[in-house]
Amino acid sequence: MFRFRPRHPLSTPPAEATGAAAAEAPLVEVSDLTVEFTGSRKASAVNGVSFSLPKGRVLGLLGESGSGKSVTLRALMRLLPPRRSRIGGRILVDGQDVLALDEKGLAHYRGGIASMIFQEPILAFDPVYTVGRQIAEAVRAHDAVDWATARARAIEMLEHVQIPQAARRYESYPHEISGGMRQRAMIALALSCRPKLLLADEPTTALDATVQIQILLLLRELQKEFGMSVIFVTHDIGVAVEVSDRLAVMYGGRIVEEGDLAAVVRNPRHPYTAGLLASTVTPGLRGRRLTTIPGAPPDLSDLPQGCAFAPRCAFASADCAAAVPPVRAFGQAGRLACFHPLESAVPGALGPGPIAVPTA
Amino acid sequence: MFAYMLRRIVYALPIALSVTVICFLLVHIAPGDPLSAVAPVDAPTEVIEALKRAYGLDKPLVVQYGLWLGRAVQGDLGSSVATGRAVTGEVLGAVSNTLLLAFVAACLGFLAGCAMGGIAGYRSRSVLDRVVSALSVAGVSVPHYWLGMVLTIIFSAQLHWLPAMGAGPGGSGAWTWDYAHIRHLILPAVTLSVIPMGMVARTVRALVADVLGQEFVQALLAKGLTHRQVFFHVVKNVAPTALAVMGLQLGYLLGGSILVETVFAWPGTGFLLNNAIFQRDIPLLQGTILILSLFFVALNLLVDIVQPMLDPRMRRS
Repeated sequence: MFRFRPRHPLSTPPAEATGAAAAEAPLVEVSDLTVEFTGSRKASAVNGVSFSLPKGRVLGLLGESGSGKSVTLRALMRLLPPRRSRIGGRILVDGQDVLALDEKGLAHYRGGIASMIFQEPILAFDPVYTVGRQIAEAVRAHDAVDWATARARAIEMLEHVQIPQAARRYESYPHEISGGMRQRAMIALALSCRPKLLLADEPTTALDATVQIQILLLLRELQKEFGMSVIFVTHDIGVAVEVSDRLAVMYGGRIVEEGDLAAVVRNPRHPYTAGLLASTVTPGLRGRRLTTIPGAPPDLSDLPQGCAFAPRCAFASADCAAAVPPVRAFGQAGRLACFHPLESAVPGALGPGPIAVPTA
Repeated sequence: MFAYMLRRIVYALPIALSVTVICFLLVHIAPGDPLSAVAPVDAPTEVIEALKRAYGLDKPLVVQYGLWLGRAVQGDLGSSVATGRAVTGEVLGAVSNTLLLAFVAACLGFLAGCAMGGIAGYRSRSVLDRVVSALSVAGVSVPHYWLGMVLTIIFSAQLHWLPAMGAGPGGSGAWTWDYAHIRHLILPAVTLSVIPMGMVARTVRALVADVLGQEFVQALLAKGLTHRQVFFHVVKNVAPTALAVMGLQLGYLLGGSILVETVFAWPGTGFLLNNAIFQRDIPLLQGTILILSLFFVALNLLVDIVQPMLDPRMRRS
């Protein structure tokens, strides 16, 4: 079914730059994705998520715990337990229907077309194999090369993610290297087969603040160099702002607002996005009390009939509780699911939100 | 690694030494006079004294221990009170039979336990898992002498498929791997394998379920490995603990086969111990316990050395 696809050796320059991507078909197209966990406790983790991602762009998927962002990512990777979950909708990545792949197709897709990096690198490495061996194993899973070649490729990748003494580190076990180093190695593993899509599941959350920024910069650099698309899941707006081109905000298993990074951050339209931005710590807020969103996230096993955010929303009315607001196009390139979107130019009403948006 | 092995071996020495002390004292602490088996109840005091001198029982305990240990190190464990034969020869002959039985039972138990535990772990919380769990609890709880008798009734008395006792036509000293001998081994080995099978199945089930729940399994799948390839990772993660459990079980099998060996009249250490206990044959008892205990110490040492070879997290400086 799948033929061996020759790959560029690491030394050649990246295939294409980010600019020309807009006209092509998007690399990722997710439509009406639903994920339901069955078993003793039923929960609807993702409830109709649709988005598309062009080649070479970075989508930040922002939301708090239980918003469905990680589950969306794992659905894209088909990593959800098949016996305890049901996935609906459609996922197209690089023209392939991900939900229809068989085991062989999946093995080719995972790591070859889409790759994933995890929140806790110490947990994501097999503790009884060396780091390098696990990277070489990924290489061998996709290319018909012997161990010596795979080893050379792995060491090259380790050097690429700026791990000093890469050849020595190849022989290290995961518990023998630092957290930041492990995450670098994880990135090396994920990129070792040149995937077109990188899925990053809160890759900096478990790291020290100083290491966090190094990893973010590295990711951004590699993304540009390899021309990959990235979906970056995080609950940290600061991190999302650092890496994303576009931002999608999730709540209760739905995308409530999506748009270009600057538009969403400077001018949030959904009350939840605005609340999230207002509750973020920024230097300008020193000495002032932080704004919080009242209430708690919804129970995914018992979602309200209408807008999941309505019980916590200051702008909610009767129609919010009656039906889920449909996702509508909004602004130049944005989408929004709210009956009472905030007016533009009044984000100050909810807080200052002076988050610096880096200009490209 | 070499330093680690050396250290482990050095650590094992005091343990082995305390084992000899306990073996020696056990017999002296136990109620009853060791001479009562050799001397008649109404023997005159002079005879008793003479016997005590002959066996060295008149000396202080420490000196007795020193002499006993000195001889034991040279391979002389005294001679059996009941038969007059050298204990060392008796015990070693029996040990080889017991090792044979225990080793075969351990292999059976380990293979069956791993298979059952692996399946249950991969299918945790399914009906199959419950069946395996029930079987392993039963395996650990059923008294094996009872099981031995039941198997004998079914397969020997009723079906006449397998012999009920003994180690085959050659007797206790002449084991060979032919059908005539192996058919004698089947019932006791199966009986004895049930406990390690239960233990290993439970351990492996828990380990496999735990490993499969870990993030790195997701990461392995995420880089494009097939379930078959992931299986090898699971095996390597489970192996150190499973082998450690099996090593300890093998130790228990060496000593714990007393009842099974008695039920099947298998000429091993258990059978020997049983006779020694009932005949108050103290040198034989001491020698057998000593050798079994030393085997146990050696097995633990082996587990300690093998485990870090398999699990890099245990290799520390």
